[in-house]
Amino acid sequence: MENNLLSLIIFAPLAGAAINWLIGRRVRDERFIGIVACGSVAISAIVAFYLAFMSGGALRSETPVFDHIWTWLHVGNLRADFGLAMDRLSGTYALFITFVGFLIHVFAVGYMHGEEGFYRFFAFLNLFMFSMLTLVLGDNFVLMFVGWEGVGLCSYLLIGYYFDKKEAGDAAKKAFITNRIGDWGFVLGIMLTFFVTGSVSFFANPAAGEVTQTALSFFKNAPVDPFTAGAIFAGGATSIAVLLFIGAAGKSAQIPLYVWLPDAMAGPTPVSALIHAATMVTAGVYMIVRCSAIFVHAPTAMFIVAVIGAATALFAATIGLAQNDIKKVLAYSTISQLGYMFLACGVGAFVAAIFHVITHAFFKALLFLGSGSVIHGMHHEQDMRRMGGLKKYMPITWITMMTGWLAISGVPIFAGFFSKDEILWKTWSAPAFSLPSGFSKFLWFIAALTAFLTAVYMTRMMVMTFWGGERFRETHESKHQEPDHHHGPVTPHESPWLMTLPLIVLAVLSTVGGFIGVPYAMSSFFTHKDVNVLEHTLEPAVASIPVATHGEPAAAVPSEGAHERAFVPIEEVAHATHSSEEISAERWLALVSVLIGFAGIGLGWVIFQKRPLTQMPRILENKYYVDEVYDAALIHPIEGASREGLWKMFDIGVIDGILHGLGDAVTELGRLARYLQAGFVRGYAAIILVGALILIGLFAWMGYPK
Amino acid sequence: MEPQLSWYLALSAILFTIGVTGVIIKRNIIAMFMCIELMLNAVNLTFVAFASFFQDVTGQLFVFIVMTVAAAEAAVGLGIIIAIFRNRETLDVDEASILKL
Repeated sequence: MENNLLSLIIFAPLAGAAINWLIGRRVRDERFIGIVACGSVAISAIVAFYLAFMSGGALRSETPVFDHIWTWLHVGNLRADFGLAMDRLSGTYALFITFVGFLIHVFAVGYMHGEEGFYRFFAFLNLFMFSMLTLVLGDNFVLMFVGWEGVGLCSYLLIGYYFDKKEAGDAAKKAFITNRIGDWGFVLGIMLTFFVTGSVSFFANPAAGEVTQTALSFFKNAPVDPFTAGAIFAGGATSIAVLLFIGAAGKSAQIPLYVWLPDAMAGPTPVSALIHAATMVTAGVYMIVRCSAIFVHAPTAMFIVAVIGAATALFAATIGLAQNDIKKVLAYSTISQLGYMFLACGVGAFVAAIFHVITHAFFKALLFLGSGSVIHGMHHEQDMRRMGGLKKYMPITWITMMTGWLAISGVPIFAGFFSKDEILWKTWSAPAFSLPSGFSKFLWFIAALTAFLTAVYMTRMMVMTFWGGERFRETHESKHQEPDHHHGPVTPHESPWLMTLPLIVLAVLSTVGGFIGVPYAMSSFFTHKDVNVLEHTLEPAVASIPVATHGEPAAAVPSEGAHERAFVPIEEVAHATHSSEEISAERWLALVSVLIGFAGIGLGWVIFQKRPLTQMPRILENKYYVDEVYDAALIHPIEGASREGLWKMFDIGVIDGILHGLGDAVTELGRLARYLQAGFVRGYAAIILVGALILIGLFAWMGYPK
Repeated sequence: MEPQLSWYLALSAILFTIGVTGVIIKRNIIAMFMCIELMLNAVNLTFVAFASFFQDVTGQLFVFIVMTVAAAEAAVGLGIIIAIFRNRETLDVDEASILKL
């Protein structure tokens, strides 16, 4: 179905960015800039909701909503349109991006009040929304890559927003360069996809004309790659999937490319909430789920995804235990939760991954905005060791952040509980398709351990910030000697309503947002209907792991096949897919994970309530020295080779050498040629005469040329 | 006896040779300059002779061009000569050799 409203979703924020950049910089009126920025995103959100839920909308019909804007590239077989498509997956993404994005824009109006570059900030933020929505709604790999690079650029611009601070500039460069490494994989993955399938489109768009076979539907009848390491280099689905995963790992901050995300906290806090927690960093998950039809043909790649995801989740969680900067804790928490999402992708639970993306967008945006409110109230103090006892001063921030804390810790009925539990269960019960036998239990153990650590460090953060003694006064005394500190006495204050209102909305969503995806094992306590709305919405849009029947080769069910599938009443699906043993196993596991969550909260409470400044292991506080290792192993050799080899040897030696050598050679030749000039006029005349005689002699001797 | 073309050409060659020899052996710039004029006029003589012989006016046109150029050359050349004389107090071309190594 073609609907031109779709382009409004991406172009409204672009127009907002243009207005703020061109007019806002002259007007310099915060009210004007704020209304333009928030209004443009609000338009996007309204249109997105309309297109998703109207009759025959993207989330309710089997066919996506298309908007073919123009034919962009059409060279030989390559056809990449500037065309948008909103199917169930991209529609879900567009909904929470625009909605959470709108809330964060509103928050930012309050947070950035009085900033010098107010217009610049909102122009970039709107530009980011444009890029992110292009990434999500693009109907082919190439346009997706445009959005992919766009969000990278906006991330760079916004991390480096405080460009007069060196650490912000360095962090921006670090994020950009680290993402380049991932993009290298993504570009190669796109090229290989085109090489293998002959198409870069996701959908067979009727408006685009002759596109019949898409990059994803190609794999419908393709055989599943073998589960071997050799498949990675075979140039088939596994190679594509691994390359795409490299791209996803860069954008979504997975090992080994996660190092940029903690540093990215140098940007303003709304940026951290929007870009580095809720939306951009989940683009990698989106890309993998979008390409699930490829991934289910590549068990080796899925194995890699699962292992990297689990490793990242645990690794980042342990680092998060020992950070003292409130935003760094949340940054490592984000990396850890992204690891969860990749783990879910790796075990084939694509819907669970998206579910966690959505709930994570709610509660992590909430936590980040809450931390922003704290930082705002504390006059730009980010060190939790200088906070404490803030609940008296910032009651709304405290209560709203509590819901985020309970959600991420996995306390029942809060949003994070359902999504995290879904991932844990799917990991436990993962089919042997992409995992060695028994490995799923090991991955579950890692994920459960991570859940425990998550509860501990989030409790630590909350306790250090909101409970206990008020440490900000004493630090003020000790800081008094420092000459560079200009603050007056620090008294925390609650933030204005522009900031608390988004917090409240997000707090409500963090509390009830999980009900969109209640698994059957939970809801069957109360009703026989399967109320897992999200799963039934997304199921047709993603591919599922092929179920191998005895002896027969496995055949994958790709997403495109869903279009021909007959409509099945929800109840029947429920009874068909949920066996009673599975349900009871899932319930037991859920109980275990609830206990784990409470144990983590309890342990954190006991330790940090008593001694909030407990010294954490130094290796954790120093992030396992990964930055130092990267510095020593990669950056210094590259810098050294660049300086000594490329600059001093190649540039000065070879390039400059060639040019200077040419110049010197010409000078020397000229010096020699000077001896030809005797300086006597009569000598020259004689030379002319001799030359003329020679010419005449030649003509006389050889005759005229006819 | 009718004057032949070859007579003119011979006279022209003699005049031209005198001019060349003068340019080479004379040291005085004015003398060299006059020799150059002599060469030019030798060539002019050839042109006129051929024009008459072939009944073609183009040769005479060329003579006018050469004379115009020669006039311009004389003006510029004499200017240079005066400048050199003011500078050097001499008209010996071998003295005007500061460009050599």
